Amino acid sequence: MPAERLLPTDEARELLGLVADITDQELEPRASIDEAASQFPRKAFTVLGRAGLLGLPFSEEVGGGGQPYEVYLQVLEEIAYRWAAVGVGVSVHVMSCFPLDRFGSPAQRAELLPSLLAGDLLGAYCLSESHAGSDPAAMMTRATVAPGDPAAGDAADAGFRISGTKAWVTHGGVADFYTVFARTPSAASAGDTPAAKTADGGISCFLVDAGTSGLDFYPPEHKMGLTASPTTQIGFNDVPVPAARLVGARGQGLTIALTALDSGRLGIAAVAVGLAQRALDDAVAYAQERRTFGKAIIDHQGLGFLLADMAAAVESARATTLAAARRRDHGLPFSRQASIAKLVATDAAMKVTEDAVQVLGGAGYTRDHPAERYMREAKVMQIFEGTNQIQRLVISRHLARS
Amino acid sequence: MNIVVTVKQVPDTWAEKKLDASDRTTDRKSVDNVMNEMDEYGVEEALRIKEAHGGEVTVVTMGPQKAVETIRKALSMGADKAVHLTDDALHGSDALQTSKALAKVIATLSPDLVITATEASDARGGVMGALLAERLGLPQLTLARKVTVDPAAGTVQIERQADNGYALVEASLPAVVGVVEKINEPRYPSFKGIMAAKKKPLTTLGVGEAGLDASEVGLASAGSKVDDAEPRPPRQSGTIVKDEGDGGAKIAEFLATQKLI
Repeated sequence: MPAERLLPTDEARELLGLVADITDQELEPRASIDEAASQFPRKAFTVLGRAGLLGLPFSEEVGGGGQPYEVYLQVLEEIAYRWAAVGVGVSVHVMSCFPLDRFGSPAQRAELLPSLLAGDLLGAYCLSESHAGSDPAAMMTRATVAPGDPAAGDAADAGFRISGTKAWVTHGGVADFYTVFARTPSAASAGDTPAAKTADGGISCFLVDAGTSGLDFYPPEHKMGLTASPTTQIGFNDVPVPAARLVGARGQGLTIALTALDSGRLGIAAVAVGLAQRALDDAVAYAQERRTFGKAIIDHQGLGFLLADMAAAVESARATTLAAARRRDHGLPFSRQASIAKLVATDAAMKVTEDAVQVLGGAGYTRDHPAERYMREAKVMQIFEGTNQIQRLVISRHLARS
Repeated sequence: MNIVVTVKQVPDTWAEKKLDASDRTTDRKSVDNVMNEMDEYGVEEALRIKEAHGGEVTVVTMGPQKAVETIRKALSMGADKAVHLTDDALHGSDALQTSKALAKVIATLSPDLVITATEASDARGGVMGALLAERLGLPQLTLARKVTVDPAAGTVQIERQADNGYALVEASLPAVVGVVEKINEPRYPSFKGIMAAKKKPLTTLGVGEAGLDASEVGLASAGSKVDDAEPRPPRQSGTIVKDEGDGGAKIAEFLATQKLI
């Protein structure tokens, strides 16, 4: 039985209707095929973008849909219900636009955001490195202040050059723009002595066009799931970035990254709920049809209770996620709640998808049914955008501070 | 270009279609109702012509109150305004009466171009375009798989789908053009389109306001009558041919009797 939703407005109800219509026709028929072929559905993102579904939580003035997270997350859920990799992709795109929206200057927002949210462009988020995943502050990628025209007098106007290697980039090689985090020299010392120029001034956030010279996209990782969505390393070889593409202040990057992750985690939680709902629905449909000992297997209490636990996990994960979203929509702190939602929803998705395979029995273990794919897809959700151990770290630190 | 496109709300394409037991009209209550899928191609083509040449797209439908959902869909795809002819007196109208009513409405809009689908998936009569052209006194071009409008010359040229290719057919404007599904890929409404649709002008007309007399329309005075209806008989089992070395020939023979080869 599909999700029964409480939506705040008629507008939201119509939006969810549109999403069901588009995803049924554009995502559902292709998900299994493209996942098996590791084929990225770029056109599907264009269709979602043209319908206005890639910029929902941003304000209408900059070209967004002006929707609260409570609604945006339920849209994500419906997308992930048809195709988890596309749900993850939309969440990553939104997270890639977030730093510019929240920390960009009014001029930057007016100039760049409308095109990022118009639907034709797709974003990616470059934070992790091979040795800096859970600990992003340990990143090695550097942005140096580019030697500019001395006559100009202002070093910041000369822009930056980024060097290093980012890892685990969703949409690596297929995105149109990259939100990149790199170490920068201290702002105060810029333009002084050569030694001061390299003094560490923390991490900064940049917006880099995919067509910029010096970007080196590695072949996609061979992943367990979400195989339709390429995840790559990206080499930055002295990549020039104009000063106007520095997002927020120099040295503010880690704050920006962690703030974006708080919202991004809500997105991942919603994707996990959508995936879990799908696994539940498929399992229930199978259990109603498949008969043993003269009755449908759902009528055997052992299996009925398994399905009941799955339903309880899905609904409580959704409730936890939307409760965190409502705090965000009300302007309340939600970092702890977002981590709890990510932890609860992704663990629920893992458990529910694994149990769905169990309900389908031998059939569930074959690749003829998508149940095994759901299970492979759920696993990474416990890992990315902060492992669930990191979520516990965030939660416990909040508790210690309280 | 002032373009009128006709749309119809029909029972969901994949739903089992039934007749209402009381008066043998289409049962709309027990099924989901959607925009006739083929009309989406008509709306899309109207929008493309407008985008190329400027002007306005008006959606016209006749149907019960609920048919406003189909109008909203066309408006959210990008049509500019709509006319909804709705009245209890219209219930049970046949194709002749429907064309009379629609033609009355369309004539008041003075269109340069009227676009229809080839047929609706419920009745599948495929006659509305021709009936409208006749009543409006306009030329009709049918089975268009491509439409080229030349507003300066006042002409419309189409590629008319044929079995082994196409025919180029031209008419002077105004004209009625019927399109086939090959013509384009209809767009989805956008979220912003859905919001904008609510503010677009929608005129709702009853029989009297459309300049019709209730005695001209509706089940009681319909020229065609449904006396009885039977559900589709269950599918016959297929022909089973045992391959005794001549399987290929027998398959070819079977296909030939079905006129497939």
